[in-house]
Amino acid sequence: MTSPTIDQKQFFYTKFGLTEALLERCLGEALSAGGDFADLYFESVAATAIGVDESLVKSASQGVSAGCGVRVVSGERTGYAYTDDLSAGRLLRAARTAALIASGPAKQIMAGFTETKKPDLYPIPAIEVDVDLAARLALVMRADRAARAYDSRIVQVRASYAEELRRILIAASDGTFASDAQPMARFNVFVIAKDGDRSTRGTSGGGGRVEIDFFQTEKTPEHFANDAARQAILQLNAVAAPAGEMEVVLGPGWPGVLLHEAVGHGLEADFNRKKTSAFTGLIGQKVASEKVTVVDNGTLPSRRGSLNVDDEGSPTQETVLIENGILRGYISDKLSSRLMGLPDTGNGRRESYQHIPMPRMTNTYMLSGEDSPEDIVRSVKRGLYAVNFGGGQVDITSGKFVFSASEAYLIEDGRITSPVRDATLIGSGPEALKYVSMVGNDLALDEGIGTCGKDGQSVPVGVGMPTIKLDRMTVGGTGN
Amino acid sequence: MGIEAGALSSVDLTANGVTAVDLTALDLKQLAADVVQKAMRAGATDAEVVIREGDEFSTLVRLGQVETLKESGSRGMGLRVFFRASGGGQRTASTSTSDFSPEGIAHLVSGAISLAGVTSEDPFAGLPEDGAYGVLGGDLALFYDDVYSLPTEDRIAYARRAESAAMETDVRIQNSDGGSFDAATGHKVLANSRGFVGENRSSYCSVSASPIAQEKEGGMQRDYWYSTARTLARLESPESVGIEAARRTIRRLNGRRVATQRVPVIFSPEMARSLIGNIFEAANGDSIYRGASFFTGKLGEKVAAGSINVIDDGTIPGGFGTSPFDGEGLPSRRTVIIEDGVLKNYLLNTYTARKLNMHSTGNASRGLAGNPGIGPGNLFLETGKLTPEEIIRDVKSGLYVTELMGFGVNMVTGDYSRGATGLWIENGELTYAVEEITIAGNLKDIFQNIAAIGNDLVFRGSVASPTLRVEGLTIAGS
Repeated sequence: MTSPTIDQKQFFYTKFGLTEALLERCLGEALSAGGDFADLYFESVAATAIGVDESLVKSASQGVSAGCGVRVVSGERTGYAYTDDLSAGRLLRAARTAALIASGPAKQIMAGFTETKKPDLYPIPAIEVDVDLAARLALVMRADRAARAYDSRIVQVRASYAEELRRILIAASDGTFASDAQPMARFNVFVIAKDGDRSTRGTSGGGGRVEIDFFQTEKTPEHFANDAARQAILQLNAVAAPAGEMEVVLGPGWPGVLLHEAVGHGLEADFNRKKTSAFTGLIGQKVASEKVTVVDNGTLPSRRGSLNVDDEGSPTQETVLIENGILRGYISDKLSSRLMGLPDTGNGRRESYQHIPMPRMTNTYMLSGEDSPEDIVRSVKRGLYAVNFGGGQVDITSGKFVFSASEAYLIEDGRITSPVRDATLIGSGPEALKYVSMVGNDLALDEGIGTCGKDGQSVPVGVGMPTIKLDRMTVGGTGN
Repeated sequence: MGIEAGALSSVDLTANGVTAVDLTALDLKQLAADVVQKAMRAGATDAEVVIREGDEFSTLVRLGQVETLKESGSRGMGLRVFFRASGGGQRTASTSTSDFSPEGIAHLVSGAISLAGVTSEDPFAGLPEDGAYGVLGGDLALFYDDVYSLPTEDRIAYARRAESAAMETDVRIQNSDGGSFDAATGHKVLANSRGFVGENRSSYCSVSASPIAQEKEGGMQRDYWYSTARTLARLESPESVGIEAARRTIRRLNGRRVATQRVPVIFSPEMARSLIGNIFEAANGDSIYRGASFFTGKLGEKVAAGSINVIDDGTIPGGFGTSPFDGEGLPSRRTVIIEDGVLKNYLLNTYTARKLNMHSTGNASRGLAGNPGIGPGNLFLETGKLTPEEIIRDVKSGLYVTELMGFGVNMVTGDYSRGATGLWIENGELTYAVEEITIAGNLKDIFQNIAAIGNDLVFRGSVASPTLRVEGLTIAGS
């Protein structure tokens, strides 16, 4: 499936009749009324999904879409237009529409393009091949069987496999030129367990910028099916979650959603440039316990949040956000970097050609500490041990954030005891991590399930964390 | 901002920007019917095509300066094919594309046909029965071309006026996430092999403001307000939107936490909407047949306080949830979900209706790809008699919720736990701001414990509710 170097530039040039001269003409048109900067973002996406439901393959779908977004930046102003018709006439018209943001004499673009050097973080499927549907079908059927075999109380199973290949080509007036082919695959299982009058649910899923063999060898359908079934069965006997402030231990991996909400969004450069983030002006200050170091890293091989180049054609990198509790830096794109005089960290991302790029996270995680997970749990007299979450949300300006536990247990006298029902945890971003008193030596990244939303745009991201203990966190249950 | 572990159940790439480019030359109804024919000639026993196109304009003005200006359009086409099998069941698959060229359409058809080869025979799959199709007659008042009539400068002025009205309201407002003006038009065509062809045009415009206010200790609060309408003539003035946004922001200043306790909680209309959204999810036929909703098997039983009536009506002229036909070509209609607290109907599309041995309620929703889902029309809780002030006056100590955060709602168990912001009620009066707390309970109890209904039902979107007071929720705080 994988070939060493497929030239994505050639794909766009051949399929849509693009030429370097046309790209330059479009950029020239985009800057015809002035402006500091212009770029073109071409995108071609092919996606396939197949799902089993009640042991029947009820859905199979495929889709293709292509388009180009033209952006013109003038100071803090952005003009944007897009088209799903990639003919020269339409591209030039989109460029003229985007140009309306500026009002001045035409600006020259750099002569010639320089191609961004990029790593090889994920497999790139060779040319367009017909997807092997039988292999995908086999995967979802295996998940269905495994979940039902797990326990006779599993009464409903849905499993799906979805994948896409996104090809992009970026050309900018500053000479940036980049192309990439970004695969994404995702397996998902949803089950219902029923015992007498009580019904519960369990979900599990994962994937990344991987090919189908990942699900045949590393994370199998049985892995996800068993995990979903296990959670649903566990919930059958769950007790009410406690309510109020208490010690909270978060398990490794996906609970790193805490970082995404508590600090990640608040450190996106656009919010800080506009002084609308609760973290505004806190660079160099202590925002977490000295045990806390948090990075955003777009260069991890095969991860869901990784990119060879971002959606502005810049290389991705590892960026230290918090180092030993001190706020070190922001997540930035071209616009904010230029206006703030800060480095571009390669975090300019967008949902599609229809969207304006902005600073977004890639894979955000806390580095391992020195505590053993067992010692961390043992240190808690009465608290909550949360290992799985549905998702979270943050108010950037006030800093208040929530994340909702879907698998959690009581800790009583240093021991993990009863599973509890779903409960939301709430805290304040600039404060919450100051209460981190223990950090485990077991850093794990999530399974590859996160989708981050900002200003109506969704992008895939990763999170990660070792086991940690927070001395204080508010748990939103109903019990005592 | 947030993160979700949600799954994509089907592929739907082009549905966002309902679309565009002047296809005026191209008759979309004819095109849809042609593609249906192509699929039938390729061997399908039934076929259905949806085409969407749309234009969008948006501008954001921040601190008086234009920050973004966006204008564009796009289009997409989706195809579903069916193959009737000898056993009586049908196999189905779907494809979508943004490429309307002959090659693009040939690929759309051949792709769907080959995908259907791997799906299972399902006795409940298939298009609706022949007698079920229809389109609501009369002018539903869904499309006004005036949303695009303003010159760009005037559109920018709408956004600027909303923001500046907010910022002039109070000296504590010195920053802003901006004022915005958006306009969009959409054109949707649905055609199938049973002879149904329907067409629907819709328009939309909105103005909003998101001011930021400064607290004494250095903290900040942000809130927002908006107006949406199908025609510019109905859009509230940018000034009124800005002033209301400022009022909402200022009242959040200097929020405190409160102790963990059980108290009555009053949901403002904007937050009560989310509870009505939860009723929709609970009554969603797709969750019902698979036992994924706590409403499963509860038809005819009391699921809410006796004063509660919840209705879904896709026929209200001008409504944000109104359409002449649903995603499968059935006429939109009015369905009573809860009457006097008793669960009367689920919301169904053809598939879920067949699974439950019932009839579709005309609530099929259709993206470009995948099987139809279920969507609400105009969904609301019927208005009560009390003013919001009267509802507050009866509370000795409690919470008035103005914002809810997070995804802490489990529709299988009913468990409910969400982050909340609001105002504390003492002796029947709103007092100080409250933040960083959660409210929790179980939706089964929450619906039963609605003790007061306001007289302030206003549709600001397709889901609406008056002010509601719910007894006995648990607040977790300090």
